[in-house]
Amino acid sequence: MAVNLVTEYKEHAQSSTWCPGCGDFAVVAAMQKALAALELPPHQVVAVTGIGCSGKFNYYLGANGFNSLHGRSLPVAQAIKIANRDLTVIAAGGDGDGYGIGIGHFLHAVRRNVDITYVVMDNHIYGLTTGQTSPTSKKGFVTKTTPYGAAEYPIRPLELALAGGAGFVAQGFSGDPKQLAEIMKQAVQHKGFSLINVYSPCVTFNHEETYEWWRQNLVNLDQEQGYDATDRTAAFRYVYEHNGLLRGVIFREERRDYQSELPGYAAEALVRQDLSQPVKDRAELLAAFM
Amino acid sequence: MTNADFNWKVGGAQGEGIDSTGEIFALTLHRMGYYVYTYRHFMSLIKGGHTNYKVRISPVQRRHRGDGLDLLVAFDQGSIDFSLPEMSPGSAIIYDSTSFEGRIPEGRNITLIPIPLTQMARDLGMVIMKNMVAIGASAALVGLPQDAFEGYLEERFGKKGDAVVETNRKVLAAGYNYALEHTDWRKPLPGLPEASKGKKRLFMHGNDAVALGAVVAGCRVVAAYPITPATEILYSVLKLLPKYGGVVLQAEDEIAACQMAIGANYAGVRAMTSTSGPGLSLMSESLGLSGASETPLVIVDVMRAGPSTGMPTKTEQADAFHAIYSAHGEIQRIVLAPSTVEDAFYDMQRAFNLADKYQVPVIVLVDLVLGLSKQTVDLEDIDFERIAIDRGKLLTTKDEVDAVVARLGHYKRYELTEDGISARALPGLEDAVHMVLSYEHDEEGNEMEERGMRVKQTRKRFNKMRSLNMDEWALRRTGPQNPDLLLVGWGSTEGQLEEAREQLTAGGLKVAHLQVGALYPLPAAAIRKEIEAAGKVLVFENNYEGQLLELIKQKVGHYDKVQASLKFDGDPFYVSEVVAMVKEVA
Ligand SMILES: Cc1ncc(C[n+]2csc(CCOP(=O)(O)OP(=O)(O)O)c2C)c(N)n1
Ligand code: SF4
Repeated sequence: MAVNLVTEYKEHAQSSTWCPGCGDFAVVAAMQKALAALELPPHQVVAVTGIGCSGKFNYYLGANGFNSLHGRSLPVAQAIKIANRDLTVIAAGGDGDGYGIGIGHFLHAVRRNVDITYVVMDNHIYGLTTGQTSPTSKKGFVTKTTPYGAAEYPIRPLELALAGGAGFVAQGFSGDPKQLAEIMKQAVQHKGFSLINVYSPCVTFNHEETYEWWRQNLVNLDQEQGYDATDRTAAFRYVYEHNGLLRGVIFREERRDYQSELPGYAAEALVRQDLSQPVKDRAELLAAFM
Repeated sequence: MTNADFNWKVGGAQGEGIDSTGEIFALTLHRMGYYVYTYRHFMSLIKGGHTNYKVRISPVQRRHRGDGLDLLVAFDQGSIDFSLPEMSPGSAIIYDSTSFEGRIPEGRNITLIPIPLTQMARDLGMVIMKNMVAIGASAALVGLPQDAFEGYLEERFGKKGDAVVETNRKVLAAGYNYALEHTDWRKPLPGLPEASKGKKRLFMHGNDAVALGAVVAGCRVVAAYPITPATEILYSVLKLLPKYGGVVLQAEDEIAACQMAIGANYAGVRAMTSTSGPGLSLMSESLGLSGASETPLVIVDVMRAGPSTGMPTKTEQADAFHAIYSAHGEIQRIVLAPSTVEDAFYDMQRAFNLADKYQVPVIVLVDLVLGLSKQTVDLEDIDFERIAIDRGKLLTTKDEVDAVVARLGHYKRYELTEDGISARALPGLEDAVHMVLSYEHDEEGNEMEERGMRVKQTRKRFNKMRSLNMDEWALRRTGPQNPDLLLVGWGSTEGQLEEAREQLTAGGLKVAHLQVGALYPLPAAAIRKEIEAAGKVLVFENNYEGQLLELIKQKVGHYDKVQASLKFDGDPFYVSEVVAMVKEVA
């Protein structure tokens, strides 16, 4: 079943335009595997992206896809889930898309806690626009727009998500697609907003943070004895002390998702509601305006 | 006729309960069977600053606040000064003599009625009840029975216990009796036809109608960011939507709100966002997305005076160009402009149906006066029987998808069709897995830049609107054929233009009135016919540029006989201004 489903995803996928070796390939493959393992066929999944190399995620995933504007994957994704709670909704994009132009939506999506999974392919650079600095570029990073080195300090997405109250925060690495697929499985199953920041190397424009560099510098939480992913303060401290250089599930907590908090929100997907009902309720509706 | 109406107003400092006082008065008279039309003057601050609430009371339906003022309740001298220009000969001013000595210029035929409103309220209850004293006094002088407000008191204060109701009743009675004893000034309200007495009608503003219209039209998601003067739409929709499982969501900004409306529409749920000019500015990119991806979208822009932050609480009709042209590149869209509360109600179903049918953004332009002026509307004029939901080419079942697959081999979201409209499949249907995208694309939804397909897809997006004919429904016309003068307006000006037409007609002019209900596409052929048949044409607008006139020049043609009559000070037209503008040229 699972194997067939991966094939099904691949059949729907468009052909790729990513540079050979781009980290994003592994992200798509891991997601196909995770969704297949969860027995979710492509038609029940919608992947929403913004703009960027990583914004092509949904073209290559092979599920339903909505490719919005730069930075705008999250509002669209949340609304799709609200409109049809039976769909599995994944938002995806780059670090510029999510933590630059889209940072406002990111923080609010964290606190709104709509049941979607957000995958950020974090390569510390703007890929599609051919190599400018990104909000996650380290201080001093030399790019086309920062020839003297980036002056700003990088955004710290994991801490932001933790501080914002996220119920599921994880980080993956394109160099370990197996772990990534496992994280994705858990994230998709998590009820509420889940963030997976994926270190996904840009082999073309980031020659510092290479697969090799990440491999040497990332601490794998799966191998950390005694790490407790249910303790938010400890998670925060761990991320801070490791300068974010971790991979694995960093924090998880069961929380009621947005839709569970809405009075009157229907158990049946909104998209299947009978739209003619209000016409029958005329007297009652008009009573509100007398 | 106009002079049969009674215009009442209460004015004071913001934060003094002026709005609720006005609403008590208006609602009570409305329930008695009068047609009321209210107009709020207020500012974008919470305390201090002048505010007033005007109520026009008439035995017949009125569409604007009226020119004159018969009775003013003033809690400060500023309120008198502000409203003096409106005061009719023989009118009166009740002022709060506890706090100031009311003054009017020499020679004005206005009766000053000092009543210690604050003192009386303090003695009998609490200072804030000074509004009740004023209502009592007003009631006495316009010939209402003392118990006219009884029902309202029960409804409003009943929950707080009998004592509270009783105190309010006492305070109101004190004002009533004091007024009768201390002044001879009287001006009775117009008589009510027997059939109108106690007749059940609606008391709502355009924003209420937008909300109601949306819900009845099947809207189930409203995402918006608070902004004057559109926030009331959220309040109204919050009263209506939860019953249907719908969601009202306050987004983090208008960009998100609009993107959410697009997302929900993509998923198959009718969704909208409501905003004002500053928010619409933030939605430009989303207009483009809706247009390029062919995803339905409904935006309601309750227009306030711009530019930029402008005058948030003042009215204007200056977002026509914004609505029609904003977003880069070329997309198709539809811009509707309701003139009345009833229009606003029906235009919402029209907006959703058009958005679904043509898979384009639809913007509904409501001006502030229409959005915020609560008024009496006849029940039969909000006719749910006229609501017909048409989702256009929307595939909602596997069978429908199968039929497409049988025809095409597989589902194509952007199929090049005869009418330019390609079927939208709900995400979630088997065998209809597809991409929707902001990039240029081929029929399957692959991003591409191939020249031939680019041209085809662009033509398709524009061609799909060819079947849309606004000429048939988007104009409302009154008056004789081949008039010497044609008054043209859009939005809330209809009431004033219509009354001006009546006055001018009575004065011997052959005048007709044309109200335009859609700005894009403009019902150009129908407008051309009207212009060509008229002697002179005046286009009345609350903006500086004469935006409708410019659109007419663009789409209908250049005519020397067509001129603009413009007012852009944030205040709606008075009938007298319209008449004066006509006399300048006619
Ligand atoms: C409003 C807007 N501004 C700028 C752009 C140009 N742009 C496209 S993608 C991008 C950044 C891409 O970087 P990132 O989001 O990190 O994704 P990556 O390409 O690295 O995967 C920019 C600036 C745009 N498409 N829209
Ligand atoms: S430029 Fe970088 S991010 Fe873009 S496809 Fe190539 S390797 Fe991947």
